[in-house]
Amino acid sequence: MQNQGFRVKQIAMSRSQKKIFAIRELTKIYGSGETEVRALDGVDVDIFEGEMLVLLGPSGSGKSTFLNIVGGIDQASSGHVKFRQLNLADLGQRQLTRYRRENVGFVFQFYNLIPSLSALENVALVTEVAKNPMKPMDALEMVSLTDRAHHFPAELSGGEQQRVAIARAIAKRPDVLLCDEPTGALDSATGIIVLSAISRINEELGTTTAIITHNASIRRIANRVVYFHDGRIAEIVENADRLRPEDVSW
Amino acid sequence: MLALDRKLVRDMGRLWAQVLAVAMVMACGVATLVLAIGASRSLDLTRDAFYDRYRFGSVFAQATRAPDMLEMRLSSISGVSAVETRIVRGVLLDIAGMVEPASAFAISIPDHREARVNRLYLRKGRLPEPGVMQEVAVVETFAAAHRFELGDKFSAILNGRKIGLSITGIVLSPEYVYAIGPGDMVPDQKRFGVFFMSEDALGGIFDMRGSFNDLSLTTTRGANISQIIEAVDDLLKPYGGTGAFDREDQISNAFLDAELDQLWAMAAVIPPIFLFVSAFLVNMILSRLVALEREQIGLLKAVGYSDFAVGLHYAKMVVIISVVGILIGSIAGYWLGAGLTRLYADFFSFPFLLFEHSVDLYLLASFVTVLAGLFGAIRSIRSVVSLPPAVAMRPPAPENYRESTLRRLFNLSGISQRTRMGIRHMVQKPLRSLMTTVGTSMSVALLVTALFSFDSIDYMIDIIFFQSDRQDATLTFTDDLPRSALTSVAAFPGILSAQPFRSVLAILSRNQEDVRALISGVPDDASLSRILDVHMQPMPPPSHGLVISERLAGKLRVRPGDVVEIELTEYNRRRAEVVVSALAESFVGLRAYMAMDALDRLTRQGNRLSGVNVSVDPDAMEDLYRSIKETPAIASIALQNLSRSKFRETIEQNIITMTSVYVALAVIITFGVIYNASRIQFSERARELASLRVMGFTRREVVLVLLIEVAVIVVLSQPLGWFLGWGFAKLVVAGFESDLFKVPLIIKPSTYAISSLVVILAASVSAILVWRRVARLDMVRALKTKE
Repeated sequence: MQNQGFRVKQIAMSRSQKKIFAIRELTKIYGSGETEVRALDGVDVDIFEGEMLVLLGPSGSGKSTFLNIVGGIDQASSGHVKFRQLNLADLGQRQLTRYRRENVGFVFQFYNLIPSLSALENVALVTEVAKNPMKPMDALEMVSLTDRAHHFPAELSGGEQQRVAIARAIAKRPDVLLCDEPTGALDSATGIIVLSAISRINEELGTTTAIITHNASIRRIANRVVYFHDGRIAEIVENADRLRPEDVSW
Repeated sequence: MLALDRKLVRDMGRLWAQVLAVAMVMACGVATLVLAIGASRSLDLTRDAFYDRYRFGSVFAQATRAPDMLEMRLSSISGVSAVETRIVRGVLLDIAGMVEPASAFAISIPDHREARVNRLYLRKGRLPEPGVMQEVAVVETFAAAHRFELGDKFSAILNGRKIGLSITGIVLSPEYVYAIGPGDMVPDQKRFGVFFMSEDALGGIFDMRGSFNDLSLTTTRGANISQIIEAVDDLLKPYGGTGAFDREDQISNAFLDAELDQLWAMAAVIPPIFLFVSAFLVNMILSRLVALEREQIGLLKAVGYSDFAVGLHYAKMVVIISVVGILIGSIAGYWLGAGLTRLYADFFSFPFLLFEHSVDLYLLASFVTVLAGLFGAIRSIRSVVSLPPAVAMRPPAPENYRESTLRRLFNLSGISQRTRMGIRHMVQKPLRSLMTTVGTSMSVALLVTALFSFDSIDYMIDIIFFQSDRQDATLTFTDDLPRSALTSVAAFPGILSAQPFRSVLAILSRNQEDVRALISGVPDDASLSRILDVHMQPMPPPSHGLVISERLAGKLRVRPGDVVEIELTEYNRRRAEVVVSALAESFVGLRAYMAMDALDRLTRQGNRLSGVNVSVDPDAMEDLYRSIKETPAIASIALQNLSRSKFRETIEQNIITMTSVYVALAVIITFGVIYNASRIQFSERARELASLRVMGFTRREVVLVLLIEVAVIVVLSQPLGWFLGWGFAKLVVAGFESDLFKVPLIIKPSTYAISSLVVILAASVSAILVWRRVARLDMVRALKTKE
């Protein structure tokens, strides 16, 4: 498997204490008046370079909204998200696009591959416009899919599709990898393969990684687990003994 | 209201822009159908009513001078119901305030009784009194052009005498619905008129009392026209009969026929284009809607709606779109029809215009439109009906792009992945892409069809006025004159050069085809009025035999080297066999040419002239006109300059009207096709586009992915549109071609370019509307949902 030689210790070592995100008083309100919904209600958290976060919480607790704002596909109503020296709240549409293009990799539950492009081409789509990308084949290598490089999404299994999506997300060597329920549509065996791919990237490239999940078992692979409740962070728990993804079961 | 119908109403509200775009295309089909068939029916109806009520003749004939008593024998020909004999003369007019001479036909009307054939419709005043030489009734077009009122006066040179004439009545004649002067290409109401005078008075002036030179007759139902024509010819032969002919060869009626043919051609070509495009658009929209509502369809069936009820729900939608189209189209068709009727009123001179708004026409238009819509919907409705509820509730399988076929066909290297996305998406649905291309090309084709007429007219004007008939004026004599007349004409003031011609009307026969055509005798040194060969190069008159125009050759089915039989309509109806030595081009009339000497030998009347072509010093025009007005031997003068501007004016006025209609139609098609195609593409690919945005592609880059497909389709549709346009133009030209004239098929590169430009502009506007949707694309929502 792709995670041969994987060591929990190494993950711990890859984590520094350098902040990549400083998030303060982050609030997101949808609608107004009676229909007002506070999706995020004053969230404060720091995220460190190279760490792996797992975000847990019930539906509607604000995890996805949080991830979207951090990833620059949504904007906060108030509060700050500071990415290194960059305050995302100050950015216009154009600059947010550039921020995503240069710094962020996204992985979603439903893969969102381009059906008309093969696996390799889906990755190349990103590397063509990135500043310092990997070779598309190398990115597929990281998710162990080189043998499926020329297959189209319709010819790939769900797990394979998600791994292509991961390869596509990391091929530009982003600073952060944001995954919104990457295993939500997969069975557990396939889910583990996908999580292993994510872990490997976090470990080998040092990419700061945040994973949203409904699956509490997955928390065991994180450095820290952030619990969301009613638009706030209820608790942040440091993981003393992390598991390798293949040791997680659900 | 049933819940399902409420859903229908809301769906329609949500999709209003697309619904309207399709409805507009349908409306064009309805409007053009109502317009073309409605107008041709109205024209037909009006013509029939006028002909019937005013006893328009069925057979016409001319002679030199025949005794009135012949009328009895003419009436007794089997199948003849009424005969009218009369005196008709071409005369020059002298009208106060008009420098150039005008010409007219002076026609006798029977005294003390109503005409049996070709009765006059009296618009105003009264008919001239019997025996009164100074009273005339004039046709309405001529009166209107000169603003003549009852009691106004003008002069005519009648048999060498200048006679003052007073207008007692303004009339319309079934014979002159389209009043065109001899030698003119388009009617010039100011320079050509028709007036009617007492038979006794006109007979006195022309020394024709007790005789006639023109007759028309009506026939009983089912009479054998060709037998009647033969019998009339036999009777008139001793009196210089020039060969009887039926309505088909009657000029005014022939022009009406040509107009009707064109309307029918329009009804056959244009509405089907729109019906085809609207069927395709319905197909496109509905299949997308059904794909989007897959789960709803499953749900409806799961809760107990029958397959039929759910199918009907979508069929209703198509019917509603069609109804919107039919309503808009009917109103537009009615309105355009009224416009066309007004155009006819300017063009044709009817005492009344019956515009037919028969219900059946609207029903027909509605029926074919709904049918076209449902035809387009068949595939989607069938898939709705056959979709099992359990399957419907599951999401559809992902777009099936496959390694093998696609990559083999489109192994595109060196292009960006986004371009690849655009092109593969297009190739993935080849039928739809093809239809979108064909639909767009229809707009290009319509524009080419509309705009090419300008090119053809320009070309015709150049050929006719600058290559072929380069004289400034053509003087036609009342009767053939000896060659010495040329010297007299050359001595008129202002004449720079003068070249004679001779025209003889003949019946050319070959292969059981008889064609009446004018044979022109051309002098060897003709440099003003020249014969053009089929390559539009001037050619000298043939040293032997006959040169005939291509269309005449086509009618007779002869080629150079073949022999045709000529029967002269005058000169004892002399017959001869003549070799066709070459073909010539002629856009107007059926023409034949001979060397002047050869034509003289054929008539055995010595060297005679029918008229003279002249070039004139422009400064001396007025002096020339004065001399001509004082020369009784000159029956008419055709002025090339005036003809040319009149020709351009008349034709362009019609073309401009038609062109603006066509441009509107083409823009509607482009918009309907491109807007819908882009909207649907956007809907299908919203997720893909949102992914691109999340990956950090700018709006511009994302829109370009969408536009590549539209751009490729628009580009591909250009050559196809040019080709189709060329084909339509060819059909139009073929529809126009008649014995009277032929329009050359000339399409300049600029016409293709302008057509493409208009379509590209319309496509761009539609694309921009979709662009705005990309800008508003909600990334989060597009990505978090299942397709």
